[in-house]
Amino acid sequence: MSTKFTEDHEWITIDGDVATVGITAYAAEQLGDVVFVELPDVGKTVSKGDEFAVVESVKAASEVYAPVDGEIVEVNGELEGEPAKVNEEPTAGGWFVKFKLSDASQLEGLMDEAAYKAHIA
Amino acid sequence: MTDTLLKTPLHALHVELGGKMVPFAGYDMPVQYPLGIMGEHNHCRAKAGLFDVSHMGQARYVGDEAALEALITADLSALGAGEQKYTLLLNDKGGIRDDLMVSRPAGEGLFLVVNAATKTEDFALIEAATAGKGTLTRINDRALLALQGPEAKDVMARLCPAACEMVFMQCGAFELDGVEVLISRSGYTGEDGFEISIPEADGARIAKLLLAQDEVEAIGLGARDSLRLEAGLCLYGHDMDENRTPVEASLIWAMAKTRRERGDFPGAAIIAQQIQDKTCQKRIGLRLEGAPAREGAEIADKDGNIIGIVTSGGFGPTIEGPVAMGYIDRAFMAEGTEVDLIVRGRARAATVTKMPFVPNNFYRG
Repeated sequence: MSTKFTEDHEWITIDGDVATVGITAYAAEQLGDVVFVELPDVGKTVSKGDEFAVVESVKAASEVYAPVDGEIVEVNGELEGEPAKVNEEPTAGGWFVKFKLSDASQLEGLMDEAAYKAHIA
Repeated sequence: MTDTLLKTPLHALHVELGGKMVPFAGYDMPVQYPLGIMGEHNHCRAKAGLFDVSHMGQARYVGDEAALEALITADLSALGAGEQKYTLLLNDKGGIRDDLMVSRPAGEGLFLVVNAATKTEDFALIEAATAGKGTLTRINDRALLALQGPEAKDVMARLCPAACEMVFMQCGAFELDGVEVLISRSGYTGEDGFEISIPEADGARIAKLLLAQDEVEAIGLGARDSLRLEAGLCLYGHDMDENRTPVEASLIWAMAKTRRERGDFPGAAIIAQQIQDKTCQKRIGLRLEGAPAREGAEIADKDGNIIGIVTSGGFGPTIEGPVAMGYIDRAFMAEGTEVDLIVRGRARAATVTKMPFVPNNFYRG
């Protein structure tokens, strides 16, 4: 399992050809208290850079972008009743969706943890 | 960029408290502190919150009050000593230039508090209209704080007991921490509370004294907005502007009956016609589930026809759900009417709801 990061503060953890995606602790902190997460339908195909979810705080809505091409195979149903999980556990229980990757080579273009830490410094 | 932003007398304190500073009406203001918008909002409704509203425009008016009255919807002859009124500044089309508080706390004449974003225009207008009849003095050397919440009175009972004898919309001069201040029992959160005008040299010290009280937390502009939204209160420039009359804005109550009868204010004929015709759009509240609907979202009927627009919207922490305010065609204004709000291209079911969304707690004695 490895985790990569995008410039828009999404993390993607790869396990075989399924990847879990969420937003980073940094992003969650910038957003403030999350009050609602709008998730896509399972089965939806997205391309890298497409908006696939929206995360809402009290004051504003922010788009979340697909880090890679793929098909949504699972969404985190718990976020409906507990959007605060995004703030409490952004990299664990606050995950957004699971993707089936269509092009694993796209991961190479993403940042590793060290690069992401430098990005937000 | 921050070099060009103005600072209130409490600016250094906001930074010291960890405020997240953002530009607002030309000032560098805290949108939230580390407690966060939800935490600050909830704390205010449960205990007491302290807001810096020094960016708003304070002024004194002394002289011919009829000349000032001609611009607003209040009946100044009915404004006695120690009283305050919420009123509207209108343009010739009956549109709202600003909402403001006018009071007679102590000393000569009237005390005015107008919105930060419009204060320059408001005061220029008042000055021009009252030239030769009265004197408007802009007050640029005072801080303005709002202490709001059910426990605000407990704080004041300790620090300024005389102020606790006031009921909602009363005002006066008091001594607080050895300083002469003006206090009104009012605010913009729907809660009981006090607004305090303080000489700027004492502003930060008195703010710290209030924050040192167990009940009190500092509250930023983000929670100020969610609190007033839940209270059904308009945000000037969003829920009302120069193109909306008090009739459309459901603010006829802010127009003194005597003034409406006399029709002696700008746009009186247009407003009288609107009251008679009953055809104009009306400001209403909206509740929905799921994603919040925000300013600019269209309101549609169940057939997809656009029937209105959202002018304020967000998440209400006390309601624990999305709330919004907007203007809707008259046929749909009844409480309980089911409509759709278009959010991110999709219709979301919403219900026309009476405001305030959260019951008011004004202290009336």
